[in-house]
Amino acid sequence: MANKATIVTDPDPIFGKLTWDSIPFYDPIILTTALVVIMVGAGVVGAILYYGKLRYLWEEWLTSVDHKKIGIMYIIAAFIMLIRGFSDALLMRSQQALAVSDSSGVGYLPPEHYDQIFTAHGVIMIFFVAMPLIVGLMNLVVPLQIGARDVAFPFLNSLSFWLFVVGAMLVNASLFIGEFAATGWLAYPPLSGLEYSPWVGVDYWLWALQISGIGTLLSGVNFFVTIIRMRAPGMTLMKMPVFTWTSLCANVLIILAFPILTVTITLLTLDRYLGTNFFTNDLGGNQMMYVNLIWAWGHPEVYILILPAFGIFSEVTATFSRKRLFGYTSFIWATVCIMVLSFIVWLHHFFTMGAGASVNAFFGIATMVISIPTGVKIFNWLFTMYKGRVKFDSPMWWTCSFLITFTIGGMTGVMLAIPAANFVLHNSLFLVAHFHNVIIGGALFGYFAGLTYWFPKATGFKLNETLGKWAAGLWTVGFFLAFMPLYVLGFMGMTRRLNYYDNPTWNTWLLIAGAGALIILIAICVQFYQVFASIRDRKKNLDVTGDPWGGRTLEWATSSPPPFYNFARTPHVMDRDQFQYLKDHDLAFKQPAEYERIHMPKNTWAGIVIAVLSGIMGFAMVWHIWWLAIVSTAAMIVAFIVYNFQRSKDYYVEVEEIERIENSYFEQLNHIENNDLSNDTNEVSKPGHSLSITA
Amino acid sequence: MTKSTIRILTLLALTINLTGCDYLLFDPKGPVAEEQMNLIIWSFLIMLIVVIPVICMTIWFSYKYRAGNTKAEYKPSWEHSTLIELVVWTVPLIIIIVLGIITYKTSFSLDPRQAIKSSNDTIRIQVVALDWKWLFIYPEQEIATVNELAMPIDTPVEFLITSDTVMNSFFIPQLGSMIYAMAGMENQLHLIAEEKGSYRGLSANYSGFGFSGMKFQAHAKDEAGFNAWVDSVKASNRALSNQQYTDLSVKTKDHPVEYFSEVNPLLFNQIIEKYTGVQNGQ
Amino acid sequence: MNTLTQTPEPGYTGYVAQEHHHDYAGDSLLGFWIYIMSDCILFATLFATYAVLSTGFAGGLTPKDLFDLEFVAVETALLLFSSFTFGMAMLGAQSKNMTQLLLWLSITFALGGGFLVMECYEFYHFSNEGAGPTTSAYWSAFYGLVGTHGLHVLAGMLWMIVLVVHLLRDGITETNHTRLACLSMFWHFLDVIWICVFSMVYLMGVM
Repeated sequence: MANKATIVTDPDPIFGKLTWDSIPFYDPIILTTALVVIMVGAGVVGAILYYGKLRYLWEEWLTSVDHKKIGIMYIIAAFIMLIRGFSDALLMRSQQALAVSDSSGVGYLPPEHYDQIFTAHGVIMIFFVAMPLIVGLMNLVVPLQIGARDVAFPFLNSLSFWLFVVGAMLVNASLFIGEFAATGWLAYPPLSGLEYSPWVGVDYWLWALQISGIGTLLSGVNFFVTIIRMRAPGMTLMKMPVFTWTSLCANVLIILAFPILTVTITLLTLDRYLGTNFFTNDLGGNQMMYVNLIWAWGHPEVYILILPAFGIFSEVTATFSRKRLFGYTSFIWATVCIMVLSFIVWLHHFFTMGAGASVNAFFGIATMVISIPTGVKIFNWLFTMYKGRVKFDSPMWWTCSFLITFTIGGMTGVMLAIPAANFVLHNSLFLVAHFHNVIIGGALFGYFAGLTYWFPKATGFKLNETLGKWAAGLWTVGFFLAFMPLYVLGFMGMTRRLNYYDNPTWNTWLLIAGAGALIILIAICVQFYQVFASIRDRKKNLDVTGDPWGGRTLEWATSSPPPFYNFARTPHVMDRDQFQYLKDHDLAFKQPAEYERIHMPKNTWAGIVIAVLSGIMGFAMVWHIWWLAIVSTAAMIVAFIVYNFQRSKDYYVEVEEIERIENSYFEQLNHIENNDLSNDTNEVSKPGHSLSITA
Repeated sequence: MTKSTIRILTLLALTINLTGCDYLLFDPKGPVAEEQMNLIIWSFLIMLIVVIPVICMTIWFSYKYRAGNTKAEYKPSWEHSTLIELVVWTVPLIIIIVLGIITYKTSFSLDPRQAIKSSNDTIRIQVVALDWKWLFIYPEQEIATVNELAMPIDTPVEFLITSDTVMNSFFIPQLGSMIYAMAGMENQLHLIAEEKGSYRGLSANYSGFGFSGMKFQAHAKDEAGFNAWVDSVKASNRALSNQQYTDLSVKTKDHPVEYFSEVNPLLFNQIIEKYTGVQNGQ
Repeated sequence: MNTLTQTPEPGYTGYVAQEHHHDYAGDSLLGFWIYIMSDCILFATLFATYAVLSTGFAGGLTPKDLFDLEFVAVETALLLFSSFTFGMAMLGAQSKNMTQLLLWLSITFALGGGFLVMECYEFYHFSNEGAGPTTSAYWSAFYGLVGTHGLHVLAGMLWMIVLVVHLLRDGITETNHTRLACLSMFWHFLDVIWICVFSMVYLMGVM
């Protein structure tokens, strides 16, 4: 907890600022959480050792450079962090539901704790839930969609993933050792400076974001090169699947925006560690510059999260409407427009800073202009459904819920973009409602749609559909119940981040919002149960064809889960909806006559080792344990050089092995084909099934 | 936007119960807040031109073109229509042009720095954000208060805003615009109250552990009432000396209202110069 | 637009007739190029910061009091010349001449080292004169920007050592050639950045 006890002014040479007082023994909530986490962690490790799976885990997962496995690990990590981020949300909702009073000390969370919770909630949900979900989906899908066998730099991909994990672990460590930042998720100085936050919370924030941010930047470079250079022959840019296109744009944004974050965080780090004056109140420092810089990264970041979600909705809508995407070209141009515009709107996050009217007007109008291409996209999806045969599997439930929810979020976004209106809506719960509206109703619903859609591709079996629809329904109801009251409270003049308030009329609305949060809790429980139940009953939902939904793009042209080399023969692309094209011309599900050996990267220890060393470095820096920081940094450099000198990083998969794997897949396919008439199998799992031919 | 349509809209808002006194943004007590309320309602209505069709189309298309409805037309390879493209680009474009014009105009007319025209002389109130309370200095009356503010009605008020700590945001919802308070900087905000009453004021930007208690009452009084209030502050007989100010700057939560009968008229500038004064040797 | 009418050519199977070798070196070069672009943004952010804080002297020392253009001119000359020598090294690599390559690389290394020593001396000197990184926002920005460039040079030199070991072990192979090309891009990039630093920080600082 951020109290006097943890401000250590003279760090010990060996332990730095770390003392027994750093562990919050006095807080029963944290202590219980810590014990539960430690017990669960010990249980998992114990089980791994007991079943002798450590070697398997190391060889098949931890050191893997297979983009599909890395993607799956990203998504698992994201769901673990979702539990923490959502627990924070529940704590906040319950505190605000209770805390009506004239003075502080009400509810069950003192501000010193509560303020860390809302900070952690924002940081975790954006950096450690939304980002890994979308990077995970990109990992899983993009190489498959472009007909590639892996990403351009498989080792970097592994390193990116583990850097992200290490960042997440630092945030989690802050829960039990020391405290987290209590500054709000973007840690505006001077509040986040040493003078006003002398405890280690902000340092955890700095190093967690710095380490995972560098991981994201590497991912961005990696996927950009992958998409530009590794597309299958024939796949011109305008024949790229939409999800790949939106991912490309998101990665361009990562490459251009994340260096700004790196610098901003570094400068704040220098302020806190060396006493420089970039953002201090005095000696010429400029806090407004920090706010400008962090949002120059922060606004593109929003589009990094949502553009790939737009791509997912496009894939889902086209597949389930059994129709080509309406207005592909205008959709792509709209995406590119949004990508470019996202760099000239950052000031709308602080109209109230006191910039001149003309500056505010420029940024307000630029922001509104973004809503034009965004609106176009919505109509693209609607007209894809138009004259289609829309099959309402659960990905489509998420999509329809998104269309309605996101439109409302877009509307409130335009309202906030008018500077003069922003002067009364800024920093209110209206704002909080707005960005949850677009991030949950836009990005998150998209990720859920994508996860449901591509789950069979990753695992070989579908998720339970009934439970999936329940989850989509409950999320939607819960979302509206939890966030519509916040719009109302914004109109009532309630600001964000309040620990208590003296206005009893707000309480009713906060109770409704709390109920909404509980419904979302049920929805999340349903999702976890859905995964459990689907694994348990996987035999019923097996996807033996590799094409469970009647997909249109290349990722469905291989088995589920795909072999580690993805495609035995490199696809030759003729059409945007290449797989649909193959099905239409009766070319799908045909075994090639012969194979050639395939060049593949070997797994490597380097990614996880370098990342763990960076985590030790981060922890040492947080606690001012200088010797450890120096040793671990040196070890990182050495590990990198050792990896660099390693000779054999790749190998060839021989034809015999490919034949063995491919033959078993095609045997499966033939087996279904033969039983097709007699067996009442799931309609869409029949190979080559396509309404466009049968209709 | 004629006056009468605004009245109709206000009535509309009334009927859906958005103007109870709980809805501070729909219960404006000054022209700035009133215009901002109208802006919110107007932009909302204009946006509905897109929002309602989208919601209807979502429901209609997903019902009509559901897989079970084999009677509906099915065109699996239809993917382009110049007419539709034209409409879906143009309609949002027109809406944004309209909203853009409104945005441009109101950015200037509601610029916080814009002085408000009135037959009465503007009074000046200096505002200092402290941890975690608001200090108000009346340089003309030479008084200062903590967490309580009074102003005469129908008189433009020029707030000069700074901070002697982290960033805060000065906001009286029923009077209109908020603006950031930042150390070493002076921000300007012009407001006017048209009705007597006592309005909530607060900090809208998170500033640390005592942030939730950074609230104050803003009293709008008639001329006589305001003068009486000034007298009552003067009657407190406490001067805001440098020592007093240092004591006041210490972090406190839920700070009570305080009156100071005397104040150094240069205090506000000194607070700003504490951070910038030496800059460029000024 | 309607590709459904396009029937595939006879013999089209959906996959390539002949698997081809992927150009991994091209991936590396593009990837490194993109990394340099993001590094460019990093420096752009630092330049912007420097510009914003360029008057934040807080009453303390200004660059006019301390900058010595002649000293910086020598620094600049060292770095610019090192770009030329790296070019010579690349010519050596092109003609598979190991001696030429190593000779020019070591000269480049020495020039880079000389640059860094001069920069360290300058930092030490400024700090002693009373303009350290904590003196004022201006000096924070100065050390932040110039120091970041210096760290890049240091990283480049470390990389050079690693590459020399690679070269001694494996000779001028295709992989090593790609590595050299990447480092060469990096080194020239640092030169370009330095020209910006020289104009924006040093020249404008004394003007």
